[in-house]
Amino acid sequence: MPPLLRRILVLLVSLFAIVTFNFFLFHVIPGDPIRLIARTQKLAPDQVEKLRQSFGLDGSLIEQYFRYLSNLLHGDLGYSFSLKEPVSDVIGRALLNTLILLTVSTIIVVVVGIMIGVFAGSRHGKKADSATVVTSLIFWSLPTFWVGMLLVFTFGVWIGGLPISGITTPNAVYHSGIDYVMDVARHLILPTITLAIVDIAFFIIITRTSLVDVMGEDYMLTARGKGLTRRTMVWKHGFRNALLPVLTASVLYISALVAGAIQVEVVFSWPGMGLLTYNSVLARDYPVLEACFLVTAIVVLAANFGADLVYRRLDPRVAVNT
Amino acid sequence: MTSDQAAQGIDDIEYEKPPSNWTLLWGDRMGRWGIIILVVVTVLAVFGPMIWPFDPAAVGEDSSSIFQPPSSAHWLGTDELGRDVFSQFLMGARISLFVGIMATLIATVIGAGIGVMAGFFRGPVDSAAMGVTDFFLVVPALPLMIALAAIFGQNLLIVIIVIGALAWPRTARIVRSQTLSLRERQFVPRARSLGASNARIIRTNITPHLLALIVANTILVVAGCILAEATLSFIGLGDPNRISWGSMLHFGFVSGAVGRGAWWYFLPPGLGILVVVLGFTLVGQSFERVTNPKMRGGA
Repeated sequence: MPPLLRRILVLLVSLFAIVTFNFFLFHVIPGDPIRLIARTQKLAPDQVEKLRQSFGLDGSLIEQYFRYLSNLLHGDLGYSFSLKEPVSDVIGRALLNTLILLTVSTIIVVVVGIMIGVFAGSRHGKKADSATVVTSLIFWSLPTFWVGMLLVFTFGVWIGGLPISGITTPNAVYHSGIDYVMDVARHLILPTITLAIVDIAFFIIITRTSLVDVMGEDYMLTARGKGLTRRTMVWKHGFRNALLPVLTASVLYISALVAGAIQVEVVFSWPGMGLLTYNSVLARDYPVLEACFLVTAIVVLAANFGADLVYRRLDPRVAVNT
Repeated sequence: MTSDQAAQGIDDIEYEKPPSNWTLLWGDRMGRWGIIILVVVTVLAVFGPMIWPFDPAAVGEDSSSIFQPPSSAHWLGTDELGRDVFSQFLMGARISLFVGIMATLIATVIGAGIGVMAGFFRGPVDSAAMGVTDFFLVVPALPLMIALAAIFGQNLLIVIIVIGALAWPRTARIVRSQTLSLRERQFVPRARSLGASNARIIRTNITPHLLALIVANTILVVAGCILAEATLSFIGLGDPNRISWGSMLHFGFVSGAVGRGAWWYFLPPGLGILVVVLGFTLVGQSFERVTNPKMRGGA
């Protein structure tokens, strides 16, 4: 089987596994939510039956499963009883806001993280290197939400000057599209810094370790023997080879990124998937919580698939071997 | 020369014992700092709540006792209900460490078990085990933890199980690949030719060689589990009847301590998490380095 086809097959199987897992998690394990509702309110039997239908809980488990699959395929994620609108509409807006936050912060994290990582790795054993490693380990040990709280305190209470909540200024009047974009950009600053502070450390450590490994290879000795400048040696010969393990490790980063985004969105009230998850937990709005988990998992799966494709392009050896 | 003298001579030879892992760890600068941190925090967590006079749950008498800044009586001031923050901090250390360590034990048992089975038996057992492992590696952990905690309810046991049940995949991967290489060593066919069963080979020939790896990995997993507990509690999914550093930050955040500038309330728990997680990370990485000869010398 060609490798690409194999990957797509694995992706489809994983998607199916996620969807089925989700069904069991939210529809089978909690038991019958209608009984809970019926216990607190006096309901006639036909009302109970109606509720059961509206929750998709009538019929056998297998019937429920197939109805659930068919609803998903039609993009029907149920109805949010706390927000009083279809879950798919709510998710659509939230997903867009989260992707804005993640795109901006990922670009900063990857670029800055790799630069500092190369800086440290090419000075292996020197003071600058060990100082970078220790600093990165400290930053990596920070709880993301706490960093957010400190920034809220610093810029909201202490110094002031930067918006600490939401995605736009409430009741703002915009004279042009640029005004609007600038307002969103200002609101992006603190959430992005919070995410970046913790996640940059991750990229620094990985890039540095990978580069240190590569610098010990024979071809690096050859490069030095050829009399190449330090910069050419590090960036052209070292960094290019060090990049592959960094990419492999970024699969783990995707999960950390999602976790970080949830915390940041809660602290800064950024109206994305994380805040939606948080609010649905508080309101015990299970249809929304379920959709949040499902959509997040699917996006992460897709991102992993994408990272894998890039990896194959960059390293032909992988494509041949598997 | 009598035989007695010969025996004496042999006894006189001083064997140079290989240094124990703990000696090596103490000799490593990062490892030493990590051990110091963990010892101090453990002592605080175990004995602190016994010595400190205030009850962490005792609320203040009137509105003048809330959000009081640090004083000689209340070293870290009071919270939104007038409770003593320092006693909460000490109690929180207990719960955070307890949850982190218990969850890690669960994760290690699952991860090492699956890893050894997959690596030792290979074939269909391996494919099935690694299929499940890879599934849990890519599923975003925090959203899943949130969903599980929201469904199963909130108490300490559930928080521990939820975190532990999701923290094992990397352990399984690492243990599996080491087992794969161990089972090809000479001693496995030898033990088998002596009639040893699979269970015996795993117990006496494979597991002892995995221990250093598992210990190093376990220490690193504790760091992740403590962060996971803090995050879950911050989101409001911790045990409402227990004080942990995460739940302190939850109540600090919800009660508006940040807006009031009550730094004594939200700084200490965060610093606590930072220091403990760093301690475990330092010890874990250092242990990995000193027990793996390939990594010795390199950073």
